[in-house]
Amino acid sequence: MGPAQKSAAAALPRAFRGPGDRVFKYAIVGLSSAVVALALVMAVVIYIEARPTFKAFGYLSFLTETTWDPVKSIHGALPFIIGTFVTSFAALALAAIPAIAVAIFTSEYAPKWLAAVINYTVDLLAAIPSVVVGLWAIFNFAPLMRDAVYMPIYLWAEASAPWLATMLGAPSTFNMTTGTIVLALMIVPYTVALSRDAIGQVPRDQREAMWALGATKWEVIRQAVIPYARTGIAAGVLLSLARALGETMALAMLIGNSNRLPFTLFGPAATMPSLIINEFREAVEPLHYSSIMAVGFYLFIITIGINLVTSFVQRKLYMGRGMV
Amino acid sequence: MKLRTRFLRDRLMLAGLGLLTAVVVVPLFIIIFYVVANGFSALDANFFTQELGSPARAMQGKPTGLVASIVGTLLIDLAALAMALPFGIGTGVMMSEYREHPFAPIARLMVSTLNGMPAVLMGLTAYALVVKNTGGFSGMAGSVALAFVMVPIIARTTESVLTVTPWALREAGLSLGLPRWKVTLSLVLPAARTGIITGVLIAFARAAGEAAPLLLTSFGNNFLSFDLSKPMDSLPQRLYSLAISPYKQWHALGWGGAIILLLFVILTFFIGRVAVARLEKRMKG
Repeated sequence: MGPAQKSAAAALPRAFRGPGDRVFKYAIVGLSSAVVALALVMAVVIYIEARPTFKAFGYLSFLTETTWDPVKSIHGALPFIIGTFVTSFAALALAAIPAIAVAIFTSEYAPKWLAAVINYTVDLLAAIPSVVVGLWAIFNFAPLMRDAVYMPIYLWAEASAPWLATMLGAPSTFNMTTGTIVLALMIVPYTVALSRDAIGQVPRDQREAMWALGATKWEVIRQAVIPYARTGIAAGVLLSLARALGETMALAMLIGNSNRLPFTLFGPAATMPSLIINEFREAVEPLHYSSIMAVGFYLFIITIGINLVTSFVQRKLYMGRGMV
Repeated sequence: MKLRTRFLRDRLMLAGLGLLTAVVVVPLFIIIFYVVANGFSALDANFFTQELGSPARAMQGKPTGLVASIVGTLLIDLAALAMALPFGIGTGVMMSEYREHPFAPIARLMVSTLNGMPAVLMGLTAYALVVKNTGGFSGMAGSVALAFVMVPIIARTTESVLTVTPWALREAGLSLGLPRWKVTLSLVLPAARTGIITGVLIAFARAAGEAAPLLLTSFGNNFLSFDLSKPMDSLPQRLYSLAISPYKQWHALGWGGAIILLLFVILTFFIGRVAVARLEKRMKG
């Protein structure tokens, strides 16, 4: 504190010169630095727990090793990384178009009351715990899909296109396709909410200019709304991808938990979070435990990577509009 | 292009968008329908008063229930909320009221990073920090994991609510000669009260539905326990165990538990939403 400020402080009435501001600031800084520390502590703690695995297998060869066999103490993360990426991207492909359609429908076409009802419903879908969705899928959706969809397709493929049959794999109740469909259902609400926000940012003038040219509603959407909201929607889709990569319970309950490559469409598979849930409680061997932590560490890295890309996209979006 | 084609294309797109919207909305009702239809019969007096016990107990037709899971959920979640509140709101105040502080952008970056983290990683962290150092699975470890889930959500909603609180309020306070801490505590925070409560409720509902962190930390307990230092049951984690168990009787209990968990989460969520609606109305009016 310079002498000028000091005299200014001394000029204040006694009641306002108290230590209150400084104490409050320290408290706030203390509380928020704990949160900042948490993010760092997470990375460090998970890394420390995973270190024996990195020492035993190496950072890269752990990633590319295809065998996961706790009995023989061989651990490789490749099956789970493949499982995570395949299910997440497939779920995103399934979810993105319908989700953007919901956002466009509610904000451009639907009357206000209907839009409100749909938005509430979608938010409710986001609030349903994934174990409840998993429970429903275990007892209703998965058996139904196996009997009504996978079995006929597989039997047909076996008879007339054997090469397809090997790709599909013998249908099991819990398999990659069912897991992916349920995963898509779980991320739809996020994609809807984020696309809705992006469309909500499109200025009225933009639409009105289009109306004035005599455009139909769809032409307004196609040529005035979507081009403007495109980057925001893209950021929303990326954030949904991060959700999908980390979604745990529904997949742990539905994907069938097979650690062996190659995965087939109708056969069991595994993802990084599903592996953590299914094996963590049984991991008594130190190397098994640290390998699960190592899978968690890579999941951490992947999530951070996607978050960084998203914030880059968002920053570009804001700078492009001069909003900073 | 002819006017008629343009009109038809517009109608066609409307039909397509409406159809896709139905595809997204309908599964929600299917899920809720199945949960209620299958679980309603399990909700008798025993369900709320009896412990789960060993599988044999259910096989022999003795009364079983999920009282341990319901009590455990409440204890773990409330303890988590108590831990998360000061950190979440403090960080929110940091990001909104002290934005000139060099720490604010770092806090913002970390909060958004934590927000995107899968909850299962919060579970792994809480396991390594609490379970390993206290010698075993415990309800407290579960609370810590859930607090990790809640903090970034509370911080972010607090920040956004405080940011939309009118700046004139702060200026009025400061011009009266109030110190900054008093302006924050007795003007800004009370004015933003409703929004902050909403954020807290949303964080609470999110965390209450999380099973993954609890499976790694509070582990589960087939018997009623009030001791946060011992393994403790909770609804989401119990639902998972019941659903993958081979016993018919336990599946029925699982459906019943799903109704309770859904009600718990949806009620919290709706109270939050109603509060938002009220806040928005007041800000417009």
